[in-house]
Amino acid sequence: MSTQLTLQNILALSPIIVTSFTAVFVMLAIAIKRNHFWNATVAVLGLNIALLSLWWVSQNVGMQHVTELFVVDRYACFYMAVILVASLACLTMSHAYMEKHSGNREEMYLLLVLSTVGALVLACSCHMASFFIGMEILSVPLFGLAAYSFQRSRSLEAGIKYLVLSATSTAFLLFGMALLYAQTGSLSFAGVQASLAGLPVMPQLAWAGCALLFVALAFKLSFVPFHLWTPDVYEGAPAPVTAFLATVSKTAVLVAFLRLLHSMPVMNSGPMHDLMLVIAGLSIIVGNWLALTQSNVKRLLGYSSIAHFGYLMIAVVAGTRMRDPAIAIYLVTYVITSLAAFGVLVLASSPYQGADADGLHNFRGLFWKRPYLAAVMTVAMLSLAGIPMTAGFIGKFHLVVVGVTSSFWWLLAALVVGSAMGLYYYLRVMVTLFLLEPGVRRFDAPLNWGRTTGGAMLLLMAVLMLLVGIYPQPLMQVVVAATMM
Amino acid sequence: MILPLLIFIPLLGGLLCWQVERMSRAAPRWIALLSMLLVTALGVQLVLQGDYSLATATGGGAHWQSEYRLHWIPALGISFHLGIDGLSLLMVLLTGGLGVAAILCSWREIQKNVGFFYLNLLWNLGGVIGVFLALDMFLFFFFWEVMLVPMYFLIALWGHNAPDGKGRIHAANKFFIFTQASGLLLLIAIVALVLIAAHQNGVISFDYDVLRHTRMSPNVEYLVMLGFFIAFAVKMPVLPFHSWLPDAHAQAPTAGSVDLAGILLKTAAYGLLRFALPIFPHASQEFAPVAMWLGVTGIFYGAVLACAQTDIKRLVAYTSISHMGFVLVGIYSGNMIALQGVVIQMLAHGISAGGLFILCGEIYERLHTRDLRQMGGLWSRMTWLPAFALFFAAASLGLPGTGNFVGEFLILLGAFKVVPVVATVATGALILAAVYSLLLVQKAFFGPSRSEEALEGLNLRERGIMLVLVVSLLVLGVYPQPVLDLSEAIMFYTQHWYAVPVLK
Repeated sequence: MSTQLTLQNILALSPIIVTSFTAVFVMLAIAIKRNHFWNATVAVLGLNIALLSLWWVSQNVGMQHVTELFVVDRYACFYMAVILVASLACLTMSHAYMEKHSGNREEMYLLLVLSTVGALVLACSCHMASFFIGMEILSVPLFGLAAYSFQRSRSLEAGIKYLVLSATSTAFLLFGMALLYAQTGSLSFAGVQASLAGLPVMPQLAWAGCALLFVALAFKLSFVPFHLWTPDVYEGAPAPVTAFLATVSKTAVLVAFLRLLHSMPVMNSGPMHDLMLVIAGLSIIVGNWLALTQSNVKRLLGYSSIAHFGYLMIAVVAGTRMRDPAIAIYLVTYVITSLAAFGVLVLASSPYQGADADGLHNFRGLFWKRPYLAAVMTVAMLSLAGIPMTAGFIGKFHLVVVGVTSSFWWLLAALVVGSAMGLYYYLRVMVTLFLLEPGVRRFDAPLNWGRTTGGAMLLLMAVLMLLVGIYPQPLMQVVVAATMM
Repeated sequence: MILPLLIFIPLLGGLLCWQVERMSRAAPRWIALLSMLLVTALGVQLVLQGDYSLATATGGGAHWQSEYRLHWIPALGISFHLGIDGLSLLMVLLTGGLGVAAILCSWREIQKNVGFFYLNLLWNLGGVIGVFLALDMFLFFFFWEVMLVPMYFLIALWGHNAPDGKGRIHAANKFFIFTQASGLLLLIAIVALVLIAAHQNGVISFDYDVLRHTRMSPNVEYLVMLGFFIAFAVKMPVLPFHSWLPDAHAQAPTAGSVDLAGILLKTAAYGLLRFALPIFPHASQEFAPVAMWLGVTGIFYGAVLACAQTDIKRLVAYTSISHMGFVLVGIYSGNMIALQGVVIQMLAHGISAGGLFILCGEIYERLHTRDLRQMGGLWSRMTWLPAFALFFAAASLGLPGTGNFVGEFLILLGAFKVVPVVATVATGALILAAVYSLLLVQKAFFGPSRSEEALEGLNLRERGIMLVLVVSLLVLGVYPQPVLDLSEAIMFYTQHWYAVPVLK
């Protein structure tokens, strides 16, 4: 592997480069003229160009390693696309959300774009250094984002909590990397694997390194018992930021984790395998359990995301051929569904009224006032619950296939029990939308929501949820092609 | 081409109902009625045009009268594969007929959000028809789950809050969680079955005709069969899994109850006949004693609890548990006569329970209570209704001349040849059936009247529904041969596959 950077290499990295430049341009745009619409447009345009360049890269530039740090393969391209689309969705959401914000609104886009750069780096990283850098670029802007509407103490609290969590997770990450380096003398995933695979017995130091690495990721992916920050940050952060956390951030970390497992199969062997099985089961049960009594939709979605990543772990720990497609499908369906659910939340609230409209009572009888908005939320809830005809079912179906192939009977039992619990709270949200009681507080989503960009994004997600649920064949074809090098 | 139409007419009709509500409140009702009439008409056309006799069925192989196949997810061997034979056709006819009755009986009851109500009702009916037609296990599961969501809304949004119950949302949640969680077990079992078959054939396929020939080791077969059985048992409902049913019935609107008792419960029996028995013959035979005794327990349990109910709808709900117990016994006895009895019993119970629930709804519309203690002496206070109620109560106790008698008689006759003890014990429950039926009639219609004020009798629409149901039940009781002919071929093969498992 050459350490020289060729033109081909630079071209292969163009999506990341374009996104980085977008961040610079957004900053300059803000400096030139503070204008909400124009600054947001620069960010959206930049990400769209990044998406185009990504398409161009996947068509015309060969899949390759870029120095020792990055690899641009079909897998990375696929997930970069997912990340960029989800970021775009979050950007449009922010535009709708920030319309009435009283303070400076424009930096939101700068931070979101920066964070996206980190996510893209993570998707391509195959080396501890790029892994770490990606993780930090992803997280640091998120502190600011979570605390963006800092007039509200909840938001400030969320920012600080996320800061503390990230610092802890980073400490674990660095220590884990250091231990692995001490044992193997290599920082690239492949190098660590090569060095460890040669040993007759896995040394204790390496186990400890792997475990610490996993813990750091578990914090970010909020697996039980590292989940304590999730509900508070989800609740406190402004709704579009929560959406970003739930989709872009989690996708990027999981993608990097998968690459790690793929290049370093030792991570998924022996005690580590068992540990991950237990954590998967715990996340499913505890996440669902805690969500049962929530009356705040954002907290509820936070707990449910814990459970969903628990489900996802069923496929992650499996060693079958079906694993990567199943994870990809599940992630895509989860991202689409979350974006839709948060999109409804965003269109229903703005910080200008004080808190977000995230209490269950805010949604009471929504169907009879804004039928389409409520219909999207209904489909999103059904999709999260994994009911057929929605994307969520296709995802869950693939997980079941992987689980049965790998004979994870206990995890499948947890899946059944967890889904039954999940139904209870998803149904609660869903039925609230349809309840109408006299004298209920008027809900004030703007009437013309369908014509705004945020509304268009939401409708697109709703269509995608149904489309993937009814005709998943195209998605499955794309996903099967997204293999790692 | 008729098969997909059977499914899509209700689905499209439902969407239309939702949208035309803006124009007029009556329009959704007419559209719903028209779509279900159309479905029934298409079903009748299938009866006339097909040949369902045993003589023409080719030996052992698939013998679908009509098939429809479309690629859906080729990567996993999933196709949109529909097929119809005598059994599914009868079930589709039942769905169409009771669907019409359900729409008509909610003509006046439902006043708020009419369009959305019929959207749910029609999507539920469309899903049920899908279940009866699907020949691809994935598709089957798809419809199996899809039909639950509209039912959930029917109970949760238009249900009643019975005074001593925990409310309609609680009931709807319970219904949904029970059926959905058991549905996931079914999904896991289906996937396991498919993967085993894929391992053998080298090609992954969810097709029924392929999966039917899967070879499995006894233990695996037993486990996978249990996954299927539990899912069907919850829906049927079989004793330990029944607790959602009385709640759901007590809170559901009339159309929901008709739908639930008349049609949804039948999907479970259909699933057992179509999938559990033919795919897992060895395991099913091994499991048969357990299943039959569960059935017998259900018969007695439902009957005894029915006697103690004060809520008229709960009473009818418990009788459903009792009647479905007979169906379970009949299915697992695996005797040709009993299986034919099962078909008649399913139809007859659908009609008689549907009729009783419609009458309950009509009583509620007039008295605003379903509490038997608040009734009494109704016979003198209204025309038509008590007489119809007496008829359906008599049908429910299995009076000769009604379809229920034929069904129960054939089931017991067939089962007696195979499992005399079970059949003998089950016969005892017929006495209890007489007790609860007469209790219902006595408490509601006879005895001292609470008030002398006359109540509104049945109007033309209500009498019309009732007359049609009465006539069909009588025809089924007096001349069931056409129905038996329709189901003869498929029941013969079901019995054959079950009793003489091919050495696989």
